Formats: sequence, structure tokens, C-alpha cells
Amino acid sequence: MHDRGQGRLDLMLGVLLFAGMILALYMAFLQAPREKTMGDVQRIFYFHVPAGITGLTAFAINFAASLIFLVRRNRFWDNLALASAEAGVLFLSIVLVTGPLWAKPVWFVWWTWSPRLTSSLVLWMLYVAYLLIRNYVTDPDRRAITSAVFGIVAFVDAPIVWFSIRWWRDIHPSPMLETGGLSPVMRPALWTCWAVFQILFVYLLRRRFFLESARQDVEWLQRRVDLAR
Amino acid sequence: MYSMNFLFAAYVAIWIILALYLFSIHSREKKLREEVQRLKEMIESKPGRPNRK
Repeated sequence: MHDRGQGRLDLMLGVLLFAGMILALYMAFLQAPREKTMGDVQRIFYFHVPAGITGLTAFAINFAASLIFLVRRNRFWDNLALASAEAGVLFLSIVLVTGPLWAKPVWFVWWTWSPRLTSSLVLWMLYVAYLLIRNYVTDPDRRAITSAVFGIVAFVDAPIVWFSIRWWRDIHPSPMLETGGLSPVMRPALWTCWAVFQILFVYLLRRRFFLESARQDVEWLQRRVDLAR
Repeated sequence: MYSMNFLFAAYVAIWIILALYLFSIHSREKKLREEVQRLKEMIESKPGRPNRK
């Protein structure tokens, strides 16, 4: 879908990702100590939290790319916005699936309508709607403008997700890195998993970005062929 | 043991979500390659166009 140099970079990212995933599994399951109160189920934390941070990073990129697209009207930014929104939905899906699986044995409920959980679900729904809008609007220019505006508005919920546990009382744990609630022996595992999720994000973002660029090229070629008939 | 089941379920879920997404990207890439091939054939079979084969 793209040139040889890009393919080599993708291969390097893939190898780095594979090695990183093995290291992350080792750190989360073997290096990190067993948490005293929750036991082994707390190890979900090492993937749940990095997935959440990566998801919010992806939506921040979508927000910035949407803004730049509206100013410059360059397709590059529209493609980047789409790729980051899709990756963001993927990572937030991981958060929304692993969260209840962690909550059930610890809180004794799968789900509760707390500020953090509710705002996260709303954020996921907003970006699913963003992707649906992109599918339903057929005109490429209208699709790009409409989705850029929607992406900017949808991002309003991201700071609410981030600050909800600081602003309101919540059953969800407070930010442990800021409050010092996370034991120093657990930090290497968390940072390793976070780094691996970032590599995974870059890898997926690139693949989706080039896929969209190629799809637009094909769409343009199809129009040319249809006109020449 | 009870909590281990949830840990196992969470990790399986992560892998399934990632695998499904990678599969969806791969199938979209494959579809696009097929479309490029179809367009190539259409252009090459057009009368008056030099055949690049």
C-alpha cells in the first residue's frame, strides 16, 4: 500500500512490538508483585491503564488533526484524524471490556454509573458516532468537514474523563501515579506496558493512515475511469 | 482462583479485540488491492491504450 521505506519501518515497528509484548507480559505477570488486597486480578491494571491513556492520546490527535484540517483543508490531516479516531475507539474498547472484568471481583458489580465510567462510555459512543458519520456521508469534502467539526465537539468529553476522578467523588481509584498510591515496585511494569501500547498505537495508526490514503487514490482513479468511458 | 478467571478473561478479551481489528484492516487492504487490479485490467483492456504486459 505504500513505498519500500515505509514498509521497512512497518517491519521494524512490528518486530519491536512483538519483542515489547513479550517483555510487557513478563513484567505484568512475573516481575510485578502480587497486590495484597485484590490479588492477581489487579494485574489487569497494567493493560487497562495504558490502554486508557493511549485511547485519550489518540482522541487528542484526532482533535488536533481535525482543527488543522479545517484551517488548511489538506487531506493528510483528515486521514490522520480518521486513523486516530479508529485507534482510539479500539483502545477505549479494551478499557471498557477489561474495566468490568476487574470491577466484578473487586467492587462486586460489573458496572456502576460513576462519573469516570459514564464519561468514558459516552466518549466511546461519541467516537463510534464519528466513524459512522464518516461511513454515511458519501461526498468526500462534506464528509471531511462534517467529521472534523464532530471530532472537535466530541473531544470536549475527553478532559471530563481525565479529570472526573479529580473533580468528583468516584468509586474508581484516584490517579495513583499523582497521589503516590502506586508502589514503586509496580511502576516498571506499568511504564513498560505503557510504552508497548504507544508502539502498538503508532503501528496501527500508520497502517490505517496508509489504508485510507490508498482508498482515496483508488476512489479518484475510479472516477477518472468512469469519466473516460 | 476466582479472581484468576477474571484476569484470564481480560487478557483473552484484549487479544480478541486486537486480532479482530488487525483482521479488519487486513481484509480492507486485500479488497483495495483487488480493486486496484480490476482498475488496471480495465485501463489496459481499453482500445487504443498500449498494453504494458
